[in-house]
Amino acid sequence: MIKIPLVVIGAGPAGLSAAIEAAKSDVKVLVIDENSKPGGQMFKQIHKFFGSKEHMAGTRGLDIGTLLLKETQQLGIEVWLNSEVCGISKDKTIWVIKNKEVSVNIEAEVIILATGGVENSISFSGWTLPGVMTAGAAQTMINIHRVLPGNKVVMLGSGNVGVIVSYQLLQSGADVAAIIEAAPYLGGYGVHTAKVCRAGVPFYTTHTISRALGKTCVEAVEIVQLDSNRKPVPGTEKIIEADTICLATGLTPLVELAWTAGCQFEYIPELGGHVPLQDSRMETTVKGIYVAGDISGVEEASTAMEEGKLAGVNASVKLGHLGKEQGEKQSSEIWENLNALRCGVFGEKRRKAKDRLLLLVKEMMV
Amino acid sequence: MMHAHLKKVGSPSLEELQNSPGYPSKKDFSRGPIAVIECVEEIPCNPCETSCLKEAIKIGNPITNLPCIDFEKCAGCGICVSACPGLAIYIKDYTYSDNETLITFPFEYFPLPEVGDTVIMAGRMGEAICKGRITKVSHGKMNDHTTLISAVYPKKHFDEVVTMKRI
Repeated sequence: MIKIPLVVIGAGPAGLSAAIEAAKSDVKVLVIDENSKPGGQMFKQIHKFFGSKEHMAGTRGLDIGTLLLKETQQLGIEVWLNSEVCGISKDKTIWVIKNKEVSVNIEAEVIILATGGVENSISFSGWTLPGVMTAGAAQTMINIHRVLPGNKVVMLGSGNVGVIVSYQLLQSGADVAAIIEAAPYLGGYGVHTAKVCRAGVPFYTTHTISRALGKTCVEAVEIVQLDSNRKPVPGTEKIIEADTICLATGLTPLVELAWTAGCQFEYIPELGGHVPLQDSRMETTVKGIYVAGDISGVEEASTAMEEGKLAGVNASVKLGHLGKEQGEKQSSEIWENLNALRCGVFGEKRRKAKDRLLLLVKEMMV
Repeated sequence: MMHAHLKKVGSPSLEELQNSPGYPSKKDFSRGPIAVIECVEEIPCNPCETSCLKEAIKIGNPITNLPCIDFEKCAGCGICVSACPGLAIYIKDYTYSDNETLITFPFEYFPLPEVGDTVIMAGRMGEAICKGRITKVSHGKMNDHTTLISAVYPKKHFDEVVTMKRI
């Protein structure tokens, strides 16, 4: 049994930000990630980020990822890659298969869960044909492996993921034949939709994909209009020639480890489904277990980094490496950054949902 | 405020733009080269404000405020064009010549055009509008891989043109 004061699970933007904040207070921290490279989804994000200077706005995601890795290295943070955490017991013992070969138990005083989210998919006739994939998979292919998934893409979902990946597919040389949205209005930032619109990509609102057509792979896509109850309207089918279908239909928090650790949950659709209850320090209902990033409710990389910092600072306080007062001061600064990202028409829904979580925890304490 | 055209079609209509605080009036355009910000939706973002050396762009607090430009201060330098993560800013010069307009827009596709090339100028829906002539292609380090392309095109298409067709 290895004893480590702080274990961070997940080396994406939230996990690395958390580890960096804790290491700054001289906490001995171990980061564990099942992937062969740290950074989570950051290195796929080749676009410039939004926000303010504090959020590194205007910098491309992959460059923010490089900075995070550099800081992780400079602080001498230990990172186990290719290592899968299989379970956490209530006394915070972590069972991990290290480097895909050795089973190791770690006794942690504090754990930060930063496991991220997983993409949703929807099913339709022909959805198992080669050529149907999630938007994130296509993004990994073009921006990490530099392979085009196809030449003519139909994107399902007009949220930021759908429109950003569509733009990046155009940049890699593919043609995006259409972006399909079931809702009556487009979901992503107007500046993103305008960008793909300028490239001549048509949007179809109140439509969905009814069928993928093809013998051995996708050859065409049938779309259909939806009525106000989101039921297909017969006779409105339209065939679009395409060899690739990308699904950008939202994400769900990856919460399995929080379940096994005994954290209490609430179902909040605006945050992607079941999320662990968390207080304003990102601590769950199991004392000493914190969450940050998409596991705590699906948002985006900028908020994930702020939440990571928040969890890292408060883990340091818990471990006695940072004064309570100093911890509170830093936390309130981070909260200002978080609130800035959660204002406006897009952020408000998530802010209200997060407030509901905070309220639930408060009520439990009474 | 819901922008019906933007949220249905994908791009803002000229009317939606003209109702936003950042869009220049005819009088502003008569001053010379100025920045045009096509950002009509309240998102948390302010690099345009912090990038402007002349403090001509104002967002303030909260960060979701729409950008406003003081056209007396804006000299159309273009620093905000590559700073905008949304690629929503370009520079237009109505006074370029009697018959022609100059536009400098952000472009992140390959291949890039070369100075002197004739390209097809495009509108907000990607529709072909007219021919244009490339006068400058700049990809300085500060632009961070967002190339700024300058092109001249006939003045009668002043409002419609916002970019060029991909090559």
